[in-house]
Amino acid sequence: MSVFLARRLLALGLTLLAASLIVFTVMEVLPGDPAAVMLGVGAQPDTLAALRAELGLDRPVVERYLRWLGGLLTGDLGRSYTYGVPVAELVAERLVVSLPLALLALTLAAALGIPTGVLAAARRGRPADTGLMALSQLGVAIPNFWFAVLLILLFAVQLRWLPAGGFAGWGQGPWPGLRSLLLPAVALALPQAAILARVTRSAVLECLGEDYVRTARAKGLPPDAALWRHAVPNALIPVVTILGLQFSFLLAGTIIVEQVFYLPGIGRLIFQAIAQRDLIVVESLVVLLAAAVVVVNFLVDLAYAWLDPRLRHG
Amino acid sequence: MRQRMLVAGALTLAMVGTAQARDRLVLGMVLEPPHLDPTAGAAAAIDEVVYANIFEGLTRIDERGEVRPALAENWTVADDGLAYTFRLRDGVTFHDGTSFDASDVKFALERAMAPDSVNAQKGLFEPIASVETADPLTVLVRLKRPTSAFLFNMGWGDAVVVAPESADENKTRPIGTGPFTFAQWVKGDRVEIARNAAYWGPPVALAGATFKFINDPAAATAALLAGDVDAFANFPAPEALAQFAADPRFAVVIGTTEGETILAINNAVAPLDDLRVRRAISHAIDRQAIIDGAMFGYGTPIGSHFAPHHPAYVDLTGRYPHDPEKAKALLAEAGVSGLRLSIKLPPPSYARRGGEIIAAQLKAVGIEAELIPVEWAQWLEQVFTNKDYQLTIVSHTEPMDIGIYARDDYYFNYSSPEFKAVMSDLAATVDLAEQTELLGRAQRIIAEDAVNGFLFQLAKHGVWDARVQGLWHNSPIQANDLTAVRWAE
Repeated sequence: MSVFLARRLLALGLTLLAASLIVFTVMEVLPGDPAAVMLGVGAQPDTLAALRAELGLDRPVVERYLRWLGGLLTGDLGRSYTYGVPVAELVAERLVVSLPLALLALTLAAALGIPTGVLAAARRGRPADTGLMALSQLGVAIPNFWFAVLLILLFAVQLRWLPAGGFAGWGQGPWPGLRSLLLPAVALALPQAAILARVTRSAVLECLGEDYVRTARAKGLPPDAALWRHAVPNALIPVVTILGLQFSFLLAGTIIVEQVFYLPGIGRLIFQAIAQRDLIVVESLVVLLAAAVVVVNFLVDLAYAWLDPRLRHG
Repeated sequence: MRQRMLVAGALTLAMVGTAQARDRLVLGMVLEPPHLDPTAGAAAAIDEVVYANIFEGLTRIDERGEVRPALAENWTVADDGLAYTFRLRDGVTFHDGTSFDASDVKFALERAMAPDSVNAQKGLFEPIASVETADPLTVLVRLKRPTSAFLFNMGWGDAVVVAPESADENKTRPIGTGPFTFAQWVKGDRVEIARNAAYWGPPVALAGATFKFINDPAAATAALLAGDVDAFANFPAPEALAQFAADPRFAVVIGTTEGETILAINNAVAPLDDLRVRRAISHAIDRQAIIDGAMFGYGTPIGSHFAPHHPAYVDLTGRYPHDPEKAKALLAEAGVSGLRLSIKLPPPSYARRGGEIIAAQLKAVGIEAELIPVEWAQWLEQVFTNKDYQLTIVSHTEPMDIGIYARDDYYFNYSSPEFKAVMSDLAATVDLAEQTELLGRAQRIIAEDAVNGFLFQLAKHGVWDARVQGLWHNSPIQANDLTAVRWAE
């Protein structure tokens, strides 16, 4: 186990180093000067130079990279050029939106998608299966931002049950915050649930065809018991893999849904930072997200070991 | 009995609650400000939150674009136009409790003029020779040369008075002297301001206001319809205006802005350095088609770089009427055929949609236009700084900015001694009739030289709850002045 952990940590370190180098290079190559963006079309050359010096942009590239990397190693993500506040502070403000949203969406997706998949597999070829799979096809095909707009029109504009967007914050207890995240979570969860349902169905079907299930059935186990005791647990490995990928996606890949609901999440922060050439924010965030993906993958690996004892002792 | 009283009490409380709810305003804005210090950034969104609400300058610009007293109660100008004596208001304090006096004005102006100043409009302060404090309530500003726009310039958001105690913190915690104080900023979502109980002037009607940042046009529409937002002073979706206009709950107000939208031309690259080619481009443009196609009909055609609502405006839209045959003839005369040009298009929809239409109009006179969409940061670097472009579409939203045509090394690459002479005469004159005459000449010179393709003045589309009163209909400067805003009974 300790060898396993050490290998993982080494991989984590190398991945992050590579990510930092790539993102730094890309942002350097990208045309655009943060100082010019901040000062606009009235700016005079001496003012631009003063601001570049204030932000440290007049230093050589290598020095800036090493300085930033050194900061990262000591846990200092740097200071945003445009907002003028520590990047860590900005990320923390956004995480209180993005993290609960990702968890809520993932929970909804799993609660909806996995049982649907199992049910479809159990009713293979029958009308229930066909109907559910047709629905899931639709779920995969519908763009989530369009679905989001439909949700807003119904629940916010027509019925006025929920806000059309924005984030109330956690200051007044969990309910106002949760209310703001409900529609976005549903919009995000639907396509993910559809994918999960399809993956679960095929994984369960594959397991149902395995020898051990046939053996269990031959020994007189009823179909439902064979399904739940033998097929479903073994089908969970691909499902957990997909869940891990989905969580990584939901953490940062939700820009469009954040845009539709004007939620102050991580995705929009990256988007704005790129547009404003707030290089330091983009660089630090990408490295953080790379770290998050590696950590999630690590947790997924641990889940494999828990689900499949062979991997634990192998 | 007791229970009934409790119910009655609760009902009263609830009613008071709803009555109180009408002294707050939620105002939608498309862009979030990067920070809240108007003296250290060009983003219009900064002024749209803080101008006149949190920060005040010596003077201020009102809804009609006129100069009004603000922290300076009154002023006198020396006969030679080289000295301004400002008499400051007594009893003014900053929001952190520190008092305001002449030393703060001196600090603020000198900070903006300093060599390491990062003021985006440092040029406004360039004519200042010195700032002296005669007594705590009197400031004497000496100029290097007469500057007729000086009082207007001191009303810009970039010229507000900040205190030495708080200036460094203004980006995140703005401390001004205005009728509202900064309450909180939930980044990515909203900025909240609250009534300043210690304000020197009459207290504002609103107890507080929230600026909510929504940059998706569909989301903005939904937020208004759902009642999450009370007003959008600059509504981002002109295509949805008809829907709001038909709904009695909303008021739709179309006003003017200072945004001259132009097809900017690089006057230094061949064959655009040939006046005939630039005139051909001007004749190729059909302004009304662009306004109808790109702006859903909202916008006023312009024939020079000047706002139509300004008293000194000269209508030059007839100088180059839409005439494809004339354009072709001019191109032939210049010996240009098979011309291929690129148009760099920044993100705003006036540019992206306008670019498509202009490309079609240029094609009709035999100019093949390649459209290159660029991000704002790319535009600033490639077009504005490096002048690496042929044509671009952009809106110049600064008020009274015709002076940019006199700037050496500006991105148009235009240089006219005649125009520069008119601009320096303008700065030196205080006579209104003479100013109007000079401004008219300035407009004509750049139109004659067809420096750029002059397209249209951006309109301001406001949509708000019909019960909201006092929001600006026009925007002579980029601001959301909430000092006169109230809910109708």
